[in-house]
Amino acid sequence: MSLAEESIVSLRKQLLSKQITSADIVRDLAAAIEKNNPTIGAYLSVDVDAALKEAEHSDISLPLGGIPIAIKDNINVLGQPCTCGSKFLAENYTAPYNAGAINKLRAGGAIPMGRANMDEFAMGSSTENSALGVTRNPWDTERIPGGSSGGSAAAVSSGMAIAALGSDTGGSIRQPAAHCGLVGLKPTYGRISRYGLVAFASSLDQIGPFGRTVEDAALLLNHLCGKDGRDSTSLDAEVPDFTTVIGKDIKGLRVGLPKEYFIDGIHAGIRASVNAAVKQLESLGAIIEEISLPHTDVGIATYYILAPAEASANLARFDGVRYGHRASNVSDVLDVYTKSRAEGFGPEVKRRILLGTYVLSSGYYDAYYIKAQKARTLIRNDFTEAFKKVDVIVSPTSPVPPFKIGEHKGDPLAVYLEDTFTIPPNLAGLPALSVPCGFVSEGGKDLPVGLQFIGKPLDEATLLQAAHAFEQATDWHQRRPSW
Amino acid sequence: MSQPVLDVHKVARLARLDLTEEEAVQYQAQLGKVLDYMSALERHDLSDVEPTQHAMPIYDVWREDVSTAGFTMPEALADAPRKSSDQFLMPRVVEE
Repeated sequence: MSLAEESIVSLRKQLLSKQITSADIVRDLAAAIEKNNPTIGAYLSVDVDAALKEAEHSDISLPLGGIPIAIKDNINVLGQPCTCGSKFLAENYTAPYNAGAINKLRAGGAIPMGRANMDEFAMGSSTENSALGVTRNPWDTERIPGGSSGGSAAAVSSGMAIAALGSDTGGSIRQPAAHCGLVGLKPTYGRISRYGLVAFASSLDQIGPFGRTVEDAALLLNHLCGKDGRDSTSLDAEVPDFTTVIGKDIKGLRVGLPKEYFIDGIHAGIRASVNAAVKQLESLGAIIEEISLPHTDVGIATYYILAPAEASANLARFDGVRYGHRASNVSDVLDVYTKSRAEGFGPEVKRRILLGTYVLSSGYYDAYYIKAQKARTLIRNDFTEAFKKVDVIVSPTSPVPPFKIGEHKGDPLAVYLEDTFTIPPNLAGLPALSVPCGFVSEGGKDLPVGLQFIGKPLDEATLLQAAHAFEQATDWHQRRPSW
Repeated sequence: MSQPVLDVHKVARLARLDLTEEEAVQYQAQLGKVLDYMSALERHDLSDVEPTQHAMPIYDVWREDVSTAGFTMPEALADAPRKSSDQFLMPRVVEE
């Protein structure tokens, strides 16, 4: 088996026992990328020579020493491209600094390798909104890998990355993890520095890991978290060793099933997989309780007001002056702004900038933006109440399997509605994780299903403990796609 | 909520975004549909609810006032689409 298909934990053992070198891993990854990327399109660019150079100097004694990690193309790595899947940054932007999360990852010994495709500026749930290429789901190449971190998920799933970083504003790590059969974790808001993550919706964005196993995700999380003075929203909270919960049982763990999440419209196969997963948790000693999150029905409306509002402000920096695309045929300063943005941004980004500008504009601010912020309070309160009764909440990650590429073209609302279960944790700032929990068969292809665990603020450890116990009792995570 | 009226041309001006006529027609229709959906917010009484800006309540954030190295001028200008004499180059904004 190629080293590219192994877990971090397995590779670390082989590195420490000197059976392999970090450069061996990089070379196997490079071979897999050459073979698979033309079909899957997970990467926008990979600098193999730079990764090999880092591998040759890597410090194997560090916890992630010598392990290459794929990076979503909206996280700055000094000297590498950072396109955000946009034409705006595709041609002439080279990252002039490292993101806070990259500094942490490097301090742990990891090697950033490859720039993973994504929906433009992380706006989307399918990676179809990338202006720079199509990413396909390794389980069925006619389907989307999910998004917006679709490249990160497809890279790990297709054996072109050991693990990856993504970012999650409304489900952009968990949903592609579910669609590609991986573990994906969005930590508590503020756990990981957002410094150097190109901002989409600053009050919702979080960086997080993708791994083949829960243990890999826990190990990566250890080397991402922590206060960063350059992100004033990063939390000064103790960072535990998340791997210590790996292997602990879940006897007596109180698991909540929100009745509002088990509604009509969930794909029958996904419902069956999630129901079976809940039974599995029960057989492992968890206590299952029905709970209520009564304001779930306003989650999407709330999100699609707040996120575009913040995006419209954040994306104002793309004005063609200091970096990125500048239109050539301009007569004055205003022309530089309006034409550079018109030429540089794709349709979904334009839609969201318009929507966000509208809800923040005079006369509509109270009707939309303030109302959405109030609804956000209700959604957060729902979770606070629920967590008085239970330790974790479980739901499907996505109500539907990955759709076919192009299936929802021209109907953005239909795609927005698929984020129903992943959005509320972002609005409430809670940690949430997706773990493989089964497969559904569509058109003769088996497509992975994800189980979402939502936790209390800063309680990623319990999520990882529950997900690991579940993972070890099942073999869903061991299956690999063949395309 | 009153029937939303989104004048896509006006909003595009505010957003500093040129739209083609084709885009304007398309976005007007698509965003109208999205805004209709936003009436979902009317399902709950929000009158006495405090708005939430951030999921984690963080207020004044302080750090020691220690100077650190920033970008050098060449680094800051490295990604500039147009530059001249160590400055970002833009069309003239002041009348002669």
